[in-house]
Amino acid sequence: MASGFDPSGRLPDVFTNAGTSSFTQFLSYAAPELLPGRRPLPPGMAAELAPHATTIVAIATAEGVVMAGDRRATMGNLIASRDIEKVHPADAHSLIGIAGTAGVGIELMRLFQVELEHYEKIEGAMLSLDGKANRLASMVRGNLGAAMQGLAVVPLFAGFDLTPGDPARVGRIFSFDVAGGLYEETGFDAIGSGSLFAKAALKKRYRPGVSTPDAIRLAVEALYDAADDDTATGGPDLTRKIYPVVMTATAEGTHRLADSEITSVAEDVVAGRMENPGG
Amino acid sequence: MAMQFYASPEQVQRDRSEYARKGIARGRSAVVLTYEGGILLVAENLTSLRKISEIYDKIGFAAVGRYNEFENLRRAGVRMADLNGFSYDRRDVTGRGLANAYTQTLGAIFSETQKPYEVEICVAQVGATVEADELYRITYDGSVMDEPGFMAMGGQAEAISNVLRERHDVAADLGAALKLAVEALGSVGGENGAARELGAAQLEVALLDRRRKGRAFRRIAGTALITLLEGGKDLPEPEKGAPTGDAALPAPAEAKPTVSAASEDLEGNADSGDADG
Repeated sequence: MASGFDPSGRLPDVFTNAGTSSFTQFLSYAAPELLPGRRPLPPGMAAELAPHATTIVAIATAEGVVMAGDRRATMGNLIASRDIEKVHPADAHSLIGIAGTAGVGIELMRLFQVELEHYEKIEGAMLSLDGKANRLASMVRGNLGAAMQGLAVVPLFAGFDLTPGDPARVGRIFSFDVAGGLYEETGFDAIGSGSLFAKAALKKRYRPGVSTPDAIRLAVEALYDAADDDTATGGPDLTRKIYPVVMTATAEGTHRLADSEITSVAEDVVAGRMENPGG
Repeated sequence: MAMQFYASPEQVQRDRSEYARKGIARGRSAVVLTYEGGILLVAENLTSLRKISEIYDKIGFAAVGRYNEFENLRRAGVRMADLNGFSYDRRDVTGRGLANAYTQTLGAIFSETQKPYEVEICVAQVGATVEADELYRITYDGSVMDEPGFMAMGGQAEAISNVLRERHDVAADLGAALKLAVEALGSVGGENGAARELGAAQLEVALLDRRRKGRAFRRIAGTALITLLEGGKDLPEPEKGAPTGDAALPAPAEAKPTVSAASEDLEGNADSGDADG
């Protein structure tokens, strides 16, 4: 690491010069090898080499947002993990979910978390929600080279807007494409291979201004539908007691649903589908 | 050829020390002390420029002296902590590691450059118990001291320390600790040695909360600070919606057209298909 370079032991100039408030930018000077997307990849497709994470759904509610992710990671036709976590808090008021190459996605998510906190500490002010989304977009863009070789990762970003332009829209959702394109979504969105089915389910059942508990139920139902039709998405695993990760971001901050809460929602959904498989 | 004046290394060091000490003594002071619930950082500060800030989860920073110089060190500390936390683990970022980096940096600046930094800084790390709290004082020449329980920095630090030494109590609650810190800061600088009364507007107060998971740093300002100074028992919970930690809110968003690829019309959303799982 860069801190060992100066024979006097003092922190190298890159630490003490004025620079920017971006951690990613600082890393590109101090330790570029730690940046995803900066590593040279051997030629060829790497898509089959690493586990893939799949379906994430996000729903805007009256109080903020709900984001949920299934727990399956696949590698080709194998299940690589049954309990991977794809939804994480990005900072005190926003959430990030990842789909695509799991390793790259988790690295991107960790870097993004540090990026937001770093800015907040250096500047003494939070980034706006749009600022955070733009930052994430440029980080996804930086991974384009790896994405072209099969190590694509696409995040879903959602958060509670502390200073909304429209007071009625406090929960906002942003989606991204592989090239770093940033799109704000209205109401709900899903990413990953099961997203077509999850979005179709949400399209029929979502209503603007839905309450948080209803949105949690909707999200689990949508993931159930995704798992129903997509092999790479895992449904509620009753045998192993592994249920989706569900998080909310509201005025009170981010919250991950406790095991007991999500267990009862997931069991309700499964019980409902026993009687009516179509939901 | 011009005659080179000779100055002994001792003389050079003495001159630099004196210069730095004078610079530090001109500014207002800061106090850091442990209490039952964590570590309290209080600075006398009339400006909105910060003397106290968050470095990492359990680590706070307080400084006196020249603003541009300690701000520089503060940024370096945040960068180092975030870099280490990112490349190893959050638990591997320690106050001692940070204090070591600061002492090397300040030591090198002191001995290698014409002008030493006119700063004195404190790196505070809150632990699970009062005994596990760590306070490091790092001075302009790179010397570092592990201070047990409390420390004062800046002009007339010795007099402020005397007040703290007499009355510091690790079992004190937040209100009592703040009262002591404010009285200690106000014990110097009055006319004819009289004590001064410091109000909320003259103070910058933050704490490292022992009980908080994750980021322990929190500022106390505005009404919360006034309540606490007036003897309000418990600290009110941070306002809902207000960011925790160090941050101020961003400016409100201006009305702008929504940029959306999908919205409710899902048929146009072709890009979601390549987010393969």
